[in-house]
Amino acid sequence: MDFVSILSIFVMACFVGYYVVWSVTPALHTPLMAVTNAISSVIVVGALVASAAAGSPVAKWLGLGAVVLASINIFGGFAVTARMLAMYKKKDRK
Amino acid sequence: MEHAVNPWVAVAYLVAGVCFILALRGLSSPATSRAGNRYGMIGMAIAVATTLVTHQIASLPEILGAIAIGAVIGITTARRIQMTAMPQLVAAFHSLVGLAAVLVGVAAFLNPAAFGILDPGGAIASVSRIEMALGIAIGAITFSGSVIAFLKLNGSMSGAAILLPGRHIINALLLLALAFFLYGFFDSQSPIDIALVTALAFVLGFLLIIPIGGADMPVVVSMLNSYSGWAAAAMGFTLHNTAMIVTGALVGSSGAILSYIMCKAMNRSFVSVIAGGFGAEASAVGGEAKVQRPWKRGSAEDAAFLMKEAETVIIIPGYGMAVAQAQHVLREMADRLKAHGVGVKYAIHPVAGRMPGHMNVLLAEANVPYDEVFELEDINGEFAQADVAFVIGANDVVNPAAKTDKSSPIYGIPVFDVDKAKTIFFIKRSMGGQGYAGVDNDVFYMDQTMMLLADAKKMVEDINKALAD
Repeated sequence: MDFVSILSIFVMACFVGYYVVWSVTPALHTPLMAVTNAISSVIVVGALVASAAAGSPVAKWLGLGAVVLASINIFGGFAVTARMLAMYKKKDRK
Repeated sequence: MEHAVNPWVAVAYLVAGVCFILALRGLSSPATSRAGNRYGMIGMAIAVATTLVTHQIASLPEILGAIAIGAVIGITTARRIQMTAMPQLVAAFHSLVGLAAVLVGVAAFLNPAAFGILDPGGAIASVSRIEMALGIAIGAITFSGSVIAFLKLNGSMSGAAILLPGRHIINALLLLALAFFLYGFFDSQSPIDIALVTALAFVLGFLLIIPIGGADMPVVVSMLNSYSGWAAAAMGFTLHNTAMIVTGALVGSSGAILSYIMCKAMNRSFVSVIAGGFGAEASAVGGEAKVQRPWKRGSAEDAAFLMKEAETVIIIPGYGMAVAQAQHVLREMADRLKAHGVGVKYAIHPVAGRMPGHMNVLLAEANVPYDEVFELEDINGEFAQADVAFVIGANDVVNPAAKTDKSSPIYGIPVFDVDKAKTIFFIKRSMGGQGYAGVDNDVFYMDQTMMLLADAKKMVEDINKALAD
């Protein structure tokens, strides 16, 4: 992909993000932060590429370190979001 | 480029990106939010699986081991954390994303061939150099900034604003130096330049957050949320990866919008929050001698009696409720009142607590149904008809000076019109302490106000006892 098509995806995604986030109810802003935090750990893709590749041992270990950090975030972020969301209940549902 | 070999790979990353959009979309209501969270997990699973399947994996056991270590730490933390500690947990998580971005960026610099970013001449492609260096810089700022935010929120260091002399000049010089070495790296691809960029960005993140304190923390947490997104996006540019770019843009805008909402609710510009020092300057003003004014002290029995007879009670929780862990006893009080036929509602200010939505989570934890919880603009008209406004751990957000006193530091903040309620109960530890902004509150001295001076949890427990009699 050339730079311009990547940039197009990025700009479009910013607009999607803008409208989607405004539709989030303020009561769920804390879970929103937790879940955005979990998904921003998609950076693990880069960490996996680095740790999988042969060629540079230092890069591999940096990559593995990043995999650990991102995994903490992915599992911790989704788990804590799920825990919070499970607490939001309506009236009369006891 | 290896990314372009199989078109299905690009499609898979795109699907992951769409899943992340659906994850955020689900949060538009609590009913759909759990499905949304599952979409997020599915998207992440697709992204990770696609990467593992399509790359030459030379070290699968190590990678699986690394994921397992992360999973154990992450899930244990998520299970054990107290809901009141959510702001510092989120800050800690942000720091991990930032550090991961730095590590990935440096790895990409050391082994560019693995990332497919070499140009035909064997150098790192010039666009990739910028993307990589920006990703590292944003990641490093996110990391050190989040560490400071974590320490402040966790109480490990003073939450107050720490002001260095000439900090604006220092920050501006650092930013200039950062830009200079970014260009240097673009120009020379030198390891020294990238090392300097990393180091300067770490220092900058540290200095940016140090002068911001107390009630400005919601803005900081949202802003760091935004940065962690931009860091992921920058890495996505380097890797030409749609899932990372889409996610980065989503998270980046999410954090930016939350920061905007928080700033608006404090009637402050983003720049003035970032410049920092709000609490420190205001409390210096508040330290002047003040005229003693008469106020009434109420007891738990008074509160129980009056609320039992009321038709509607509106509860305004604030950070003090979180500190006292009073949300559970508060819900018990509401249940007892409801048993007496009293209508109970909760009113939440956008900046109550230390992160966006903090109070809502705590009330949800205490099993308060979310349809009893209202936002500022939805409930503010109801105070005129309310018999009781019950303020627990909030202060500045009910201060009428924000509406009338142009000289007040909190002038212009949207506040609850509690002064229109027939009776006001104000739980506060003592008359000496003031709200975060350090300004006096006329509500304390109103005829219909009774001050309940005690720890919030203790006081609500006493009210519960009185209600049970």
